[in-house]
Amino acid sequence: MAELVIEDLVVTFGHRHRAVNAVDGVSLTVPHGTIVGLVGESGSGKSTVARTVAGLQRATSGRVTLDGDDLLRTRGVDRRRRARDVQMIFQDPYSSLNPRMTVGETIEEALTTHGDLDAKQRAASVRELLDLVRLKAAVTGQYPSQISGGMRQRVAIARCLAVRPRLIVADEITSALDASVQGAVLNLIRDLQRELDLSMIFITHNLAAVRYIADTTAVMSRGRVVEHGDAAAIVANPRRPYTRALVSAIPRIENAGTDHLLRLTDPEGAR
Amino acid sequence: MTRPTSASGRPLGNRWLGFLLRRTGRMLVAMWVIVTVAFLVLRIAGGDPVRSALGATADESVVQARREQLGLNDPLVLQYLDYLSGLFRGDLGVSLITGRSVTELVSHRLPATLELAGIAFLAVLLVAVPVGLGIAIITQGNGRRGTEMAFTGVTAFIAAIPEYLLGVVLVIVFAITLHALPVAGRTGPASYLLPVIALSVSAAASIARIARIEALNTLKDDYVRTARSKRLPAWMIYFRHALPNMLTATLTIGGTLLAAMIAGSVLVEQVFNWPGLGTAFVGAITTKDYGIVQGLALVYAAIILVVNLLVDLVLSLLDRRTSLLETS
Amino acid sequence: MTTRRSALLRQPMAITAACMLGVLVVLAVLAPVLWGGQAAAANPDAITLPSSAEHLLGTDKLGRDVLLRTLVATRLSLVMAVAATAIGACAGLLLGALPAVLGARAQRWFAGVIGTWLAFPVLLIAMLTVILLGTGATTAVVALALTMAPSFARLAQTLSSRVGGSEYLAAARMLGVSRRRQFTRYVLPNIAEPVIVNVTTSIGGGLLALSSLSFLGVGVQPPDFDWGRLLSEGFGEVYNSPVAAIGPGVAVVFAGLAFSMLGESLAAHLRHREHGKALPPRRLGPAPVAARPVETPSATPKESTEEGVDTVVPLLEVDGLSVSFPGPDGWITPVQDVSFRIAPGEIVGVVGESGSGKSVTVMSVAQLAPAGAAVTARRLRFDGEDLTGLTPAAAGKVLGTRVGVVFQDSLTALNPALRVGAQLAEVPRVHGNAGRRQAREMSVRALDDVRIPDAEHRAQQFPHEFSGGMRQRALIAMSQIGSPSLIIADEPTTALDVTVQRRVLALLRRGCAESGTAAIVVSHDVAVLAELCGRILVMYAGRIVEDVDCALLATPERLAHPYTRALTASLPDLGTDRTRQLVTIPGEPPDLSRPVPGCAFAARCAFATDRCRTETPVLAPHRHLGRVACWHPQDATAPDTAPGREEVEA
Repeated sequence: MAELVIEDLVVTFGHRHRAVNAVDGVSLTVPHGTIVGLVGESGSGKSTVARTVAGLQRATSGRVTLDGDDLLRTRGVDRRRRARDVQMIFQDPYSSLNPRMTVGETIEEALTTHGDLDAKQRAASVRELLDLVRLKAAVTGQYPSQISGGMRQRVAIARCLAVRPRLIVADEITSALDASVQGAVLNLIRDLQRELDLSMIFITHNLAAVRYIADTTAVMSRGRVVEHGDAAAIVANPRRPYTRALVSAIPRIENAGTDHLLRLTDPEGAR
Repeated sequence: MTRPTSASGRPLGNRWLGFLLRRTGRMLVAMWVIVTVAFLVLRIAGGDPVRSALGATADESVVQARREQLGLNDPLVLQYLDYLSGLFRGDLGVSLITGRSVTELVSHRLPATLELAGIAFLAVLLVAVPVGLGIAIITQGNGRRGTEMAFTGVTAFIAAIPEYLLGVVLVIVFAITLHALPVAGRTGPASYLLPVIALSVSAAASIARIARIEALNTLKDDYVRTARSKRLPAWMIYFRHALPNMLTATLTIGGTLLAAMIAGSVLVEQVFNWPGLGTAFVGAITTKDYGIVQGLALVYAAIILVVNLLVDLVLSLLDRRTSLLETS
Repeated sequence: MTTRRSALLRQPMAITAACMLGVLVVLAVLAPVLWGGQAAAANPDAITLPSSAEHLLGTDKLGRDVLLRTLVATRLSLVMAVAATAIGACAGLLLGALPAVLGARAQRWFAGVIGTWLAFPVLLIAMLTVILLGTGATTAVVALALTMAPSFARLAQTLSSRVGGSEYLAAARMLGVSRRRQFTRYVLPNIAEPVIVNVTTSIGGGLLALSSLSFLGVGVQPPDFDWGRLLSEGFGEVYNSPVAAIGPGVAVVFAGLAFSMLGESLAAHLRHREHGKALPPRRLGPAPVAARPVETPSATPKESTEEGVDTVVPLLEVDGLSVSFPGPDGWITPVQDVSFRIAPGEIVGVVGESGSGKSVTVMSVAQLAPAGAAVTARRLRFDGEDLTGLTPAAAGKVLGTRVGVVFQDSLTALNPALRVGAQLAEVPRVHGNAGRRQAREMSVRALDDVRIPDAEHRAQQFPHEFSGGMRQRALIAMSQIGSPSLIIADEPTTALDVTVQRRVLALLRRGCAESGTAAIVVSHDVAVLAELCGRILVMYAGRIVEDVDCALLATPERLAHPYTRALTASLPDLGTDRTRQLVTIPGEPPDLSRPVPGCAFAARCAFATDRCRTETPVLAPHRHLGRVACWHPQDATAPDTAPGREEVEA
């Protein structure tokens, strides 16, 4: 059972007069066994929330707890225990795997750090995990540069699952992938979440993806959550003007071959 | 996550001034560290530097008098403060042997050294950068492997010749064998030729290599393709679009080579008996006159720091992003 | 490992360097044993002799043979250089690379130390060491190690900060991997190669520096001698016996060259292993050319005659375009036999996954293919002018300002060193013969046209002062400033947020509509192209597989090629059924470095037959009024073999 509670999280970058609140008072709950989507444009602070929850970024103030355990506490925490709390899957599978370690070594690294399996058991676990992410055992001895982007992202997912974390943070995990591969990774994430009853924060700029995969969605803008609700409803029926603008800007295949773009009123082009 | 603050931030001029001040400040800190280390080294060095400078036969009273003159009998802190305040007044210390002022020595000899190094700097930049760019233009893509290998081979060979060795060879060929140019000294325009060549050729070869690699990288950059898409004439693509960016990269890497040329000038001066700081420096080392060595080392340190600062400033002017990135 | 080493030893430069080093090592080991005594023994009868058969390089002041002394000095010279480099490299590596796993504060602190240390002039360090330790070989080695350490540290720091900021190290930290393991398994292996190259080259540099110190009299002291010492002794007698100075000089250069050549070939080897070493043009042979078409050369669908399009001369006509790059095993051809036409004012999209050849295609049409690419075409005509067979430079001149290009990454596509306004003004200045002032006004107006607020002020700024969306609009303004008749846009909105993306798309569409400009827009996102374009070319593995009216994208059942259908179906949209699995395309795109027999999509296609796996389908007119390259089009219940053309004509 794991429930993540973020309360009034603030993350500030820079110093004095140049200080910017990248995250400005975000509160959010991820109930056990659900996927909460976090959407927003670049600079909205969504990735900073993710990195803070994962322990890669220091919070300025606020509380982040997992079943009451304080995740922001930095002193006296066993790094291995902390690793079993939260794991993150990164956007770019080209840079999230050590180029000097094979797929097998990468996954084994997670297993050796957590648990006292012998070599044989570890090899069996690696096979199991690869099977879980729908990869053939043959990739075990290959280096990241020898496999495709979609396969690398599956390896990254397997590495994350090897630790059996209580919460998974997935940061834009499909946006570096080709269209034909994105769908397969989304399917995989959804299947795994159901099979393993995972709790997850799913960060993306893609509203359609988040609508498909998440249970609830939080929309972020300028470091704040502007709207949070049921994933389907928030897209079908956005309440806030910002969400509405976001939804209406998505290019749609239904508009194919129409003059839709010419009919837009664009009074001013400031960012 | 970071907003482009420059769009709304302070005006550019102020930012550049800030950059200038920060860099100068950093240089002053480095200078202070160097001064302190130089001061301490002479004090903690084994034995008595005055005694070893004046020789074992020198009279004890002479040694004591010189020690007194240098303030070596005072407490260390007092010596240090004295030394610092002396430096502020332009006093670089005195010779342990003759007791003459190092500042005076510097004022006599500095111009010769600066002339030699300055001319060599110009020669290096004016030759190496265009050559590097030109070879890069010829060898881009997959073509002209022969030219590429010849260039790489020749520059590698030249870069492996130390300045003093080239100086020796030049002296043997042009002065001793052909009697075409003066052997040594600073006697007229012709006497500059060999020392400048000796000092600049190896650095020029190294910088030409760097320049070619950087130019190749620059020519692959997207904005060069943009310039091509505008169908600009070749000279505009190379000189207006590629050159400034390639120069930035070349100077960033090659800047330390320019500073190294200052060290090289010591050797070249020695070979050509050039009446600059270098010959005095080597002379002082040979006679163990660490008073002069310390003073001159500081002058050299200052020159090199100033060269580095100038390179940084030129870079920031060429590429405004460097100065802006500093602030973030 | 063995294959790697043998590949390295096939380079002529590496072989030469290895031989030179071999000679040096043999000398270093044997020379002192064989001639050590002779080289040190004074001979009063043979003082400062010139070169002779007995003493090739003459003798020195004490009558010792200079050649023998030079050979014997190899050991001391090499040992000192290697020792100093080793000490400097180890110290530098620890100082520079360790902070990567120690956290941000340690990183800043170490960077400060390295920065100050680097500011210490080499000369000063050497002199201070001399004052502290006196003159001698140890002094020289310590001084050199001290001056080398900070530059190694800076290199290690730069390299390891890349590793330190990498996501794989972040992932390792999150897994709870210990710091020691982070350093040994993650940081060190990823910075090792460039460091090794640098160390090798530095030994050569160290050798020169040590000889300089000895030449100055600070380094090796008599009775010991290294090459620098011999040089300085020889130089003292340069009037009597010039060769005495030449011998040790040659030795220094020989050794310095050996190490720098070894470093150079190591670096080249690593570069080639990473990017693949392309074969030289001589061994590649002529670039692949698209075969003559099986059908009539006119690839235009007949139906265009019915619509009256054919009465208009196409603005752009591309027939049989192939683009090849030199690869390690011969030519790699990412674009194969691509043919299409663009009518004046038409907006055509090109969609495909990464590696489909879409960008290479349009960049080749714009005559902007990267250096080294071999572009061939049966026919390439633009606006009535034949460009077939012209060099890119000549064809580019013909195109002039009639083709404007919008690039993908607006930050790198604009020159960082020039003001935005100045970059826009170049086109009118060069091509329109406009004066400085007039060109400036034009560039401000162009920025204003793409809705950049306060254009007058913005034109004076540098690209990095613009936001991403604004830069992209500035690029569009730049592509339009020459009043082109065709705009080629390569992924113009890929890096942008959806709201900004829509503004940029609207701008492009409106710009084209107002001026009657045609456009080719490349994107990986079929939805973006659906809204923007009139017609769409679908590319897969270097070929166009379908050419279809955009309106058909809204009704996927009317699309013919299985790939196009899967592409439109595979992405979730705002109406996707959340209870069902997403439709996906199994497998991965093929590797184009080897020729793919038959249809490249066959391996991932549910409808593939043996014919698909052996015979490449030709892009032919189809009943949906476009073209398709497929043996089994899926858009109708009609038998697969029914040729579409007759149906259209019927």
